[in-house]
Amino acid sequence: MSIWKYANPVKFLALSARVQPFAWAAAAIGIIVGLGWGFFATPDDFRQGSTIKIIYIHVPAAWIAINAWIMMLIASLIWLVRRHHVSALAAKAAAPVGLVMTVIGLVTGAVWGQPMWGTWWAWDPRLTSFLILFLFYLGYIALWEAVEDPDTAADLTSVLCLVGSVFALMSRYAVLFWSQGLHQGATLSLDKEENISDVFWQPLVLSIAGFTLLFLALVLYRTGTEIALRRTRALNVRLDKTT
Amino acid sequence: MMPDLGKYATEVLSAYGITLGLMAVLLVLSIQRGRKARTALRRAEEETARHGKV
Repeated sequence: MSIWKYANPVKFLALSARVQPFAWAAAAIGIIVGLGWGFFATPDDFRQGSTIKIIYIHVPAAWIAINAWIMMLIASLIWLVRRHHVSALAAKAAAPVGLVMTVIGLVTGAVWGQPMWGTWWAWDPRLTSFLILFLFYLGYIALWEAVEDPDTAADLTSVLCLVGSVFALMSRYAVLFWSQGLHQGATLSLDKEENISDVFWQPLVLSIAGFTLLFLALVLYRTGTEIALRRTRALNVRLDKTT
Repeated sequence: MMPDLGKYATEVLSAYGITLGLMAVLLVLSIQRGRKARTALRRAEEETARHGKV
């Protein structure tokens, strides 16, 4: 059995239809329980007060914003190397989800930063690379819309995706090699000393899992939409030729 | 039931409100676009079948 059989749209849609109900249900459970637990049942932080509750939306949104681009990068590479249409359409389908998560990350970060840092925004390495990632998302979506031929659009957006990956990775790792920023280091760490307290960690991990499953469900559904649009376009072209 | 958010209530509630609002918009728009696309595909397939070119 090969993973490449799912490059066939019919097989991909069949798999997607089987996975989606579980993904939607698990996403809803993860988000409701994770956010509910974090918001209602965790204590305030001794320094940050109740603003610590923003962590349960800010960190999962930032996690998806960065990893959505990484998923788009992998799908784009598959398109460039193997020319599987489903992978190009999956990358296209993921971009608006990643964009919304980037906006959530930026806005909740600003709302959190204002009382903690005394400013809504700073040209900090992580914040700046995240803003550039947001601009790349906008550019990526605009490029898909601007180019009429879908294969050419897939080629051009794939190249843009490769370039944007630098900023996606920088958003993730900027705090490790630039220490002068306002933004704190990694929230989650395998090092027990650096990791946040268990009381915050447990609902946060649940919330991240919920956001990740929501991303999966949305991308599967939206890829199905893109496949339907592409097939409709092909059928209409054929109909135009015959009538 | 509602936790005491103290002096940061506005910040916390607005962060949650904006997030849930944006996620709801994303969900609704995705589903609307999906339904429209699937309906259009069904119509195109029916049309193609009528012209004997499936």
